[in-house]
Amino acid sequence: MTTPIIHHLTDDLLMAHASGSLPEAFGLVVATHVSLCDECRARLAGYEAVGGAVLEDADPGVAMAEDSLAATLRLIADMPEEARIAAPEPAAPVFPMPLRDYVGGDADTVQWRALGGGVRQAVLPTARDATVRLLYIPAGMAMPDHGHGGMELTLVLQGAFEDAGGRYGRGDVEVAGEDLDHTPVAAPGPDCICLAATDAPLKFHGLLPRLAQPFIGI
Amino acid sequence: MNERQATDTRWVTCVTRIRDERDQTAFARLFAHFAPRVKAFLMKSGADAALAEECAQEVMATVWRKAHLFDPERASVATWIFTIARNRRIDALRKQRHPEPEDLTWGPEHEPDQAETLALQQESEQLGRALQALPEAQRVLIERAYFGELSHREIAAETGLPLGTIKSRIRLALERLRQEMT
Ligand SMILES: [Zn+2]
Ligand SMILES: [Zn+2]
Repeated sequence: MTTPIIHHLTDDLLMAHASGSLPEAFGLVVATHVSLCDECRARLAGYEAVGGAVLEDADPGVAMAEDSLAATLRLIADMPEEARIAAPEPAAPVFPMPLRDYVGGDADTVQWRALGGGVRQAVLPTARDATVRLLYIPAGMAMPDHGHGGMELTLVLQGAFEDAGGRYGRGDVEVAGEDLDHTPVAAPGPDCICLAATDAPLKFHGLLPRLAQPFIGI
Repeated sequence: MNERQATDTRWVTCVTRIRDERDQTAFARLFAHFAPRVKAFLMKSGADAALAEECAQEVMATVWRKAHLFDPERASVATWIFTIARNRRIDALRKQRHPEPEDLTWGPEHEPDQAETLALQQESEQLGRALQALPEAQRVLIERAYFGELSHREIAAETGLPLGTIKSRIRLALERLRQEMT
């Protein structure tokens, strides 16, 4: 938690994550941001408390099966004891835990695919209603100017990028919708690594990126 | 202390007894209250009665198994069980995972602060009352969101939920935890 986070998640994203209605790909970005941001962790916990209140008020007219307590105790007896020792932490991880879970390790274990110009990506396995990928953008490199067919969440994990919306450093998240066109540029300094989720293809304005789109798959 | 508050702190005691003493009587009390609610919640989320029964049993078994992870300074028992039931629902009905933030846990010797625990349970109870006091249409919309019936696009940013105090309460707990960690 070196530099303060300026760009946070929106309330509708936090409520959708708390209620379990967010596509998995967006959920990964939310969980990763929350791992770095106590402000959004507290907001998310607030929305989960609403879920607790909804559960508390759920119709108690529904009855459990006659033998269900005994059946549950049998389930418990059959379960292995929960291991209380956590896996060893990398010394100074670039990726918070939820992201390491999907990658299978920290930033040094990502299976990158080159996209040209030093840009690399790795698509992570999630349900298909939205996609999420890691992007590696060399310092100073501009991403193609583009618009959005749906929502795009971009979370910075290393380095920084800038666009008309401001500067985004580690932990910052940009929430882009159909009304936004932008040209993110990786800031000078360490190369930029970000986690980006989309639920519709981007709309590239230049000719070259449009040709590249089928290969990039964004 | 009104009835519901007393109840909320009693659930905390039940979870602590399960954690420390593997107390089946405490578990039976939690089960009698929460298992039917979890089942009703899952049925409203689209599960049939048989699947909801099966998942509710699994959710309650997880309550037993993960009792040591419950933090009464940051959540009520109902909230904690809701998150377990929500994750089970996503897994069973949508065949997806629910990515969870990195756990922030107090050191092994940490004893939950009584005053903080009570305050958090009170905030949760006030939030529950505020939810019931919302205009019918708005309350129904929020319930539908939590039953998983609304897409994230349909969830309005401005829900008018009074989350201010519970958010700052949790924020304070996180600050104390961060201080303890460094
Ligand atoms: Zn945040
Ligand atoms: Zn974009």
